[in-house]
Amino acid sequence: MRLDLFLFAFLAAAQPLVAQWGGELRLSLRSEPRSFHPALADDDASDMVRYLTGGVLVRINRATQQPEPSLATSWKVLDGGKAIRFQLREGVVFSDGTPFDAGDVLYTVETLMDPNLHSPVGDGLRTEGGPAGAAADGPLTVTIRTPAPLAGGVRLFDQICIMSRRSPLKERAVLGPFRIAEHKPGAWLRLERNPHYWKTRAGRRLPYLDSIRLDIQQNRDLELLRFQRGELHLISSLDPEQFDELARARPGSVRDAGATLENEFLWFNMSPAAALPAYEKAWFASRNFRLAVSHAIRRDDLCRVVYRGHAVPGVGPFPAVNQFWFNRQLAPHAWDLDLARRLLAQDGFRAEGAALRDREGHAIEFSIVTNAGNKARERMASMIQQDLAALGVKLNLVTLDFPSLVERIGKSSRYEACLLGFNNVDLDPDGQMNLWLSSSSNHAWNPEQAAPQTPWEAEIDRLMRAQASTSDGQKRKALFDRVQQIVSEQAPIVYLLNRNALVGIAPVVRGLQPSALHPRLVWNIDEIYLAGAS
Amino acid sequence: MRRVARIALLAIFGLMLAAEWIAPYPYDRQFRDQAHAAPSRGHLLGTDAIGRDRFARLLYGGRISLVLAPAAALVSVALALAIAVSATLAGGLWERAAMIAVDLVLALPWIFLLLAVRAILPLNTSPAVSAGVIFALLGSLGWAAPARILAAAVKSQLRSDYVLAARAAGCALPRLALVHVIPNLAPVTVAQFWVTAPVFLLSEANLSLLGLGIAEPMPSWGNLLRDLQNLPSLARQPWVAAPLVLLIVTLSCCHAAQPSVEDLR
Repeated sequence: MRLDLFLFAFLAAAQPLVAQWGGELRLSLRSEPRSFHPALADDDASDMVRYLTGGVLVRINRATQQPEPSLATSWKVLDGGKAIRFQLREGVVFSDGTPFDAGDVLYTVETLMDPNLHSPVGDGLRTEGGPAGAAADGPLTVTIRTPAPLAGGVRLFDQICIMSRRSPLKERAVLGPFRIAEHKPGAWLRLERNPHYWKTRAGRRLPYLDSIRLDIQQNRDLELLRFQRGELHLISSLDPEQFDELARARPGSVRDAGATLENEFLWFNMSPAAALPAYEKAWFASRNFRLAVSHAIRRDDLCRVVYRGHAVPGVGPFPAVNQFWFNRQLAPHAWDLDLARRLLAQDGFRAEGAALRDREGHAIEFSIVTNAGNKARERMASMIQQDLAALGVKLNLVTLDFPSLVERIGKSSRYEACLLGFNNVDLDPDGQMNLWLSSSSNHAWNPEQAAPQTPWEAEIDRLMRAQASTSDGQKRKALFDRVQQIVSEQAPIVYLLNRNALVGIAPVVRGLQPSALHPRLVWNIDEIYLAGAS
Repeated sequence: MRRVARIALLAIFGLMLAAEWIAPYPYDRQFRDQAHAAPSRGHLLGTDAIGRDRFARLLYGGRISLVLAPAAALVSVALALAIAVSATLAGGLWERAAMIAVDLVLALPWIFLLLAVRAILPLNTSPAVSAGVIFALLGSLGWAAPARILAAAVKSQLRSDYVLAARAAGCALPRLALVHVIPNLAPVTVAQFWVTAPVFLLSEANLSLLGLGIAEPMPSWGNLLRDLQNLPSLARQPWVAAPLVLLIVTLSCCHAAQPSVEDLR
C-alpha cells in the first residue's frame, strides 16, 4: 500500500515531464484570414494560418533567433550570396500523401515569381537584378539563384511555404504540422493534425495536439473574458491593463516575454511639398530642433506610466532584443532639458516668457496626429504634450480615424507631426528598406524623393543598398550599424519605446516558449501539448 | 419630484461652473508617480492612467458637456421650430420639400459626417474650438426629429378655431406664426428641448468613446467614460464610474425636471 502511494506520487510528479498526446488548443485571431494561399498571406491572421500549416525549408528558432533545418536538412551559400543550395529531407510527404521532392521547391519559387500573382512573400526573393530562379540538382537537391546577392539569405525561407506541384488539392496540401479542416467564415477556423507530418517523437508523428481552433474575435475584452472562463487557452497580445488585471486574478497565467520589435515613434513632416508655412518647415528641417524634442521627452515615464513598466525606451529601428542587428553603441536619447535648450539656442530658438519662439519670433506651436481609439497612444501624446510644454512648445493633439490619418500622412501631406507604431516582424533590416530609402513611398518624413534631399539621407540610401547587396553578415551589420547611428544623430524619427510581449497562457498548456518574435506563443507548435489531454 | 430634480440640476451646474475654484488641480496636471491612484485626501476620486486628478477632470468635463449640450439643443430646436412653422404655414411644395429634407437628415449616417468634419478641421484647432464645432454640428444636424413633431403640432394648430378666426380676420402669415402659432407650441417645443439635450450629451459621449470627441487633454464626460471600457477593473476601482453615475443622475434630472403642459400654459 505504501509502495502504491509512493508510485502514485512519483507518477503524479513526473506527469508534467511527459508530453501528452491529443486535445484541442483554442486561441483567437483578431480578424478573418484574407487568404489561405501561402504565397498571398499578408495579414496577421493569414500569416498565423500559414505558419501553423505550411512547411518551410528553414525555420528560425524564435528563442535563439538562428535558422534551423526543417524540410532542408542542410544548405550552403554559394557565389557570394547569389545562390543557396538546399539538401532536402528524404521521405517527406504532403498532408494528402503526395510525395515531396525538389520539383515542389521549383514549383513554389516559380509560383512566387509569377508577376500575375503579386505575392508579398515572393517580393523577398526579388533582388535589384531581377527575380529568383531555381534548379534541381537531383531529386533532393535544389539551388535557388538570384541575379544579386540575397541579403536576407537563408532566413527568408522561414516564410516561404512549399507547395505541391502534383497534389489535386494544390496549395491546400501542406507540409506543416496542421492542415485546415473546417472554416466558418467570420466565426472560427479548425485545423487538424497533419497525419503525414515529417517530425516524430518517440516513434510517433508530431504534433502532440489533435487540433487547433482559431476563433475570430476582434474584441480584446471579450477575448480576455473567454480566456478567464477557460474557453481560450492562449492570448498572444494583452494590453498592460489587462495583463495587470490577469496577473492579480491568476498570477500563473500571464507572462511578460520581454521587449518586442514593435516600436512607437513620432516624426515631423519634412516634405518640401507639405502644406505648411515656410517657418514651420524650417523648424522640422532643423536637426537640433528634432533632437531637442527627443531630449525633452521622458521615455522612462512613457514606459512606466502608459505601459505600466511593460516597455523599454526606444533607441532606434531595432531594440536590443534583436540580438544580431541592434547597434550596442547606441542608447535612448536621455531626458535632458538643458541639452534640449542648448540645441534650440544653437538654431536661434529662444524662450520668451512661457513660450518658445523661433528666430523670426513665431511661437512654436504644432499639432501631432495619431489614430483615434488607441488609448496608449493618446496617453503618450498627452504626456509628450506636457513634456514639451517644459520647453515652451505648444503641442496640440489630434486623433483621427485611420483612413483620414493615412490620407494626411500618406497622400496629401497635410500634417505637422505624427505619432504611430510599427509592428516589425522581420529581424533583418532588409524588411525596412521601404522605410529608409528616400525614394520610397513609405519614407515617413519625406516620401518619394527624386533625389535624396539631405546628405545624411543620401548616406542612408547608400548604406541600405550596400547592405542589401552583400551576403556577408558582419559587413551588413557594420553598414546597418551606421544607419542606426545616423538615425540617432539626425532624429528624423524620434523613437519612443518598444512594447513588451504580454501573453496569457492557461495552466494546462505545456511546452510553450513565449518569444518576443511572431508568432509569439505558437512558434514551436509541434512541441506544445495540453496537460490532461489524451 | 420635479422640484428636487431642478435643485439637483442647479447644484450640478453650479459645481461644474465653479470648477476653477472647487477643483484642487488643473484638469491636465499629471502626477506621474501617482497614476491609477485610489481616492485619497489629495485626490478625492483618485487619478487616471497618467496621474491626472479625476475629480478635477469630472468638474471641468461636466462644464463642457453641460454647457455645450443644452446650447446645441437650443440651436437644434430653434431650427426645427423655424422649419416646421414656416414650411407648414406655407404648405404645398414647401411643406413637401421640408418633410423630404427631414426624412433625408434622419436617414443620414450622421456619425460619418461628424468624422468627415473632424478630419477636415484644421489640425491646430484648439480643443475648446473643436468642442464647440462638434456641438455646433450636433445642433445643426439634430433638428430633423423635433421638426417632424413640431410640424404635426403646427398642423393641429392650423385647424383650431383661433387660427381660423385670425385668418378670417385677414391676419398675414408672419403675424399668424409669431402671434398665434408659436406661443401655443411652447409646451411641445420645451419638451423637445428637454429630450434633445440629453441626446446630445450621449452623442458626445459616443463620439468620445470612438476617440473622436473632445480632444485631449480637455476633459468631457464623454471622454471620461472611456475609462469604463476596462470592465474587469471596474469592480476593483468603482470610483472610475463617477462620470457615469453623474451622467445618469443628470439625465434623470433632465427628464424629471421637464415642465408639465399645465406649467407652460
